[in-house]
Amino acid sequence: MTAAASASRPAAGGSREVILRRIRAATGRGPGPVAGPADSAVDAEYAAIPRDYLRAHHDPADHDVIALFAERAADYRAVVQRVPADGLPGAIARALSSGMYVVPDGLPPEWLGRVAADCPGVVLAGDDPPLPARALDAVAGAITGCTVAIAETGTIVLDHGPGQGRRALTLVPDFHLVIVRHDQIAADLADGMSRLDPARPHTLISGPSATSDIELVRVEGVHGPRTLHILIAGPPS
Amino acid sequence: MSMPTYLGLPAFPEAAATALGNAQLRRNLAHATTTIRVKRAAAVAELADWQQLRAAGKAIKDHTLAHLDTYLARLEERVTDAGGHVHWARDAAEANGIVAALVHAAGADSVVKVKSMTTQETGLNEALAAEHITALETDLAELIVQLGHDQPSHILVPAIHRNRTEIRDIFLAEMADVPSGLTDAPAELAAAARTHLRRAFLSAKVGVSGANFAIADTGTLVVVESEGNGRMCLTLPETLISVVGIEKVLPSWRDLEVFLALLPRSSTAERMNPYTSTWTGVRPGDGPRDFHLVLLDNGRTDALADTIGRQALRCIRCSACLNVCPVYERVGGHAYGSPYPGPIGAIITPQLRGVTSPLDASLPYASTLCGACYEVCPVAINIPEALVHLRAEVVDAQRSSPHAERIVMGLAAWVLRSGRRLGLVQRAASASRVLLGRSGRIRRLPPPLNAWTKTRDAPAPPPESFRAWWARTHGGAQ
Repeated sequence: MTAAASASRPAAGGSREVILRRIRAATGRGPGPVAGPADSAVDAEYAAIPRDYLRAHHDPADHDVIALFAERAADYRAVVQRVPADGLPGAIARALSSGMYVVPDGLPPEWLGRVAADCPGVVLAGDDPPLPARALDAVAGAITGCTVAIAETGTIVLDHGPGQGRRALTLVPDFHLVIVRHDQIAADLADGMSRLDPARPHTLISGPSATSDIELVRVEGVHGPRTLHILIAGPPS
Repeated sequence: MSMPTYLGLPAFPEAAATALGNAQLRRNLAHATTTIRVKRAAAVAELADWQQLRAAGKAIKDHTLAHLDTYLARLEERVTDAGGHVHWARDAAEANGIVAALVHAAGADSVVKVKSMTTQETGLNEALAAEHITALETDLAELIVQLGHDQPSHILVPAIHRNRTEIRDIFLAEMADVPSGLTDAPAELAAAARTHLRRAFLSAKVGVSGANFAIADTGTLVVVESEGNGRMCLTLPETLISVVGIEKVLPSWRDLEVFLALLPRSSTAERMNPYTSTWTGVRPGDGPRDFHLVLLDNGRTDALADTIGRQALRCIRCSACLNVCPVYERVGGHAYGSPYPGPIGAIITPQLRGVTSPLDASLPYASTLCGACYEVCPVAINIPEALVHLRAEVVDAQRSSPHAERIVMGLAAWVLRSGRRLGLVQRAASASRVLLGRSGRIRRLPPPLNAWTKTRDAPAPPPESFRAWWARTHGGAQ
C-alpha cells in the first residue's frame, strides 16, 4: 500500500492487526506476533495436502483431443470449424460479413491475407492508440488468437498478450472470431491452467455470453459477444 | 455484524408458513430446482474422480483456514507488489465506509456492480445510497431483484422465485428504456437487459465486485460468471473495488485446477462457466488504473473459532445445497431472512450474526437433517452436523429462561424412572385417545404442548400400550 493511501485511512492498520489477531486466537494459537507473509512450515504443510484426483481425464494417446475440444466448444453454442493451416486465411475471410473489425497488434499478418481480396465490405482497424469503449461498441467484431485452449471444458483462454488485445477488445463488440492453433489445445483443465502465467490478466471463455437467470434455462447472448466463432487451425492437411 | 435490510423479519417457521401459501412461488421453485438437479448430476458424473476432487477441495480449504493469517498477509503483499491497494474491514460498516470513500475519491456518484454475495451481506447498496452514490446491479437476476424492489432468494439465481412472465411484467413496469411489445421469451428478456445496461457499462467510472477466489502466492483475484457483465465491470471502469471475505483466499494458482472443476459443475451444472476473469493488481493499458481490495471479516473469525462451525467457511457459494434441499424447494429463499438462504445459509447466518434474534435462533431448525446437502457439497461441508451443533448452541443460549420443552423433558424423566409411573401414564394416555385423537391424529394440544402441534400433527396414543398388551397376552403366548 502506498504511503498516501495509508495516510488517508488512519484506521486501516488497526483493523488489519485486529483481524490477524482474531484469526490467531480463533485457530487456537494463543497470543503472539501477527503473522507475516512468509512461513516455511505452512508451505511444507501445504505441499503435503493429498491430491488423489486425476490431473488428466483424457489421455491424448486414446483421445482425439482436437475433436474433443471442437465438440465441447460447440456444446456451448460456439460456432466451431476445423481448417488445415493453409486454409486458415480463407476461413477467416469467410467468417467475416461486413463492417469494421478490430485486429490487435501481434496477430500474424498472413492470417488476414485473403480479407482484402475476398471481403470488399470489411475494414480492418488496429487498436493503437486504443479505441474508446464507445468506438468498440460500434465495430462489427474482433479477430484474435488465444494462448491456450482446454478440450475437456471447451474453453479458450486469452492472456491478452500479442495477437489477443486488451480485455475490452474481445468483450464490447458483439462478434469474436478466435483462432486456436491445434498445438495450443490442452486435453484437460489442470494441464491448461498450468500453462498460464498468473501475473498476466486472463479471460477464460467457454461459449458465448449466457445466462441461466430465468427459470434456470440457459440462454445465449447477454453482455459479452453474442457470437463466438472458433477456427481450429491445423494440423496441416 | 449487521445485514441491515433483513432486521425485524419473522422467525423461519412464520415466514415459511407464509411462503408455503404461495402456490406460484412453489411452482417456480420446483421447476427451477428440478431442472438444475438433473443437470448437475450429469455434469458431476462426467468426472470419475469427483470424490477425490471434493476431498482435495476440502483439504485445501481446511489448510488455508488453519493458516488464514499467513495467507492473508501474503495476499496483501503480492497484491500491493502488483500495484493494488489492500484495505481491511472488521465489519460491514467499515467495509461500506471504505468503498464509499473510494468512490468519492474517484469523483464518481455511481458504480456498476458485479453480482456479489459479500456486498449483499454488508448492505453496500443501501450504505452507498445514504452517501448519495447510486449502485447499479448488472447481473440479470440481481437487476430483476433491484427493479422489482425485491430481495434475492437464491445464491446463484437471486430471482429464482420469479418466472418469465413475472420478469417481463417487472421490466415493463420499471425499465425506462424497455422495448415495446416485449414478450416473456427468455432470449428477449436477456436482450432487453443487454440494451438497458450497455450505456452504463460504457460510461462507468467505478466498478464494484466480489471475488470467487483470491490467490495468495500470486495476488490474483478470480471472478467466475456467465453473462459478461462481470467482465464489463472488471475491465471498463478506471477504478475497481473488490470486497472479498477473508475466507476466499487460496494458497496457490495451482488450486484453481481443483476449484474450477468443482464450482461450475456444482453451480450452473456446466463443465465450465462462460467467462472466468483473473487479474493481478493493475496492468498498464488494459483494464482499471486503480485497484482496491477490501478484505472483510464481519463475523468470519467468530465462525473460525468454532471447531465444528468453521467448516461453513469452506463454502464456495455454488448453491448446490439449495437446489437439493426439500425445505428450500418448498419455502424459497426469503424465509431464511438473510442473503444466504438454504442449508448453507442456515449454518452461515447464525454464525455470522449470532443466535440472539428469534429469526437467527430458528435457522438451525430449518432442516429435516436429510443430508442431501452434505452429499452434493463440493467441499464436503457436513451441514447436518453443523446444524445439530448450532441447535445445541441455541438451547444453551436460552437455558436461563423457563422453557416448556425442558419442563416436559424433566417430567418425562421422572415418569420414565419408574415402571409403575410409566404404566399409569400410558393408561391415561390411551384413555385420552377418546378426547384427543379419534382419527388417529392429534391436531391441537393445549398449551404449552401446542408448541408441538402448531406446525405438525401428533400421532394419537395407541388404544393399548405394549406393556399392557404383554401383561394381558403373556407376549402373545395365551
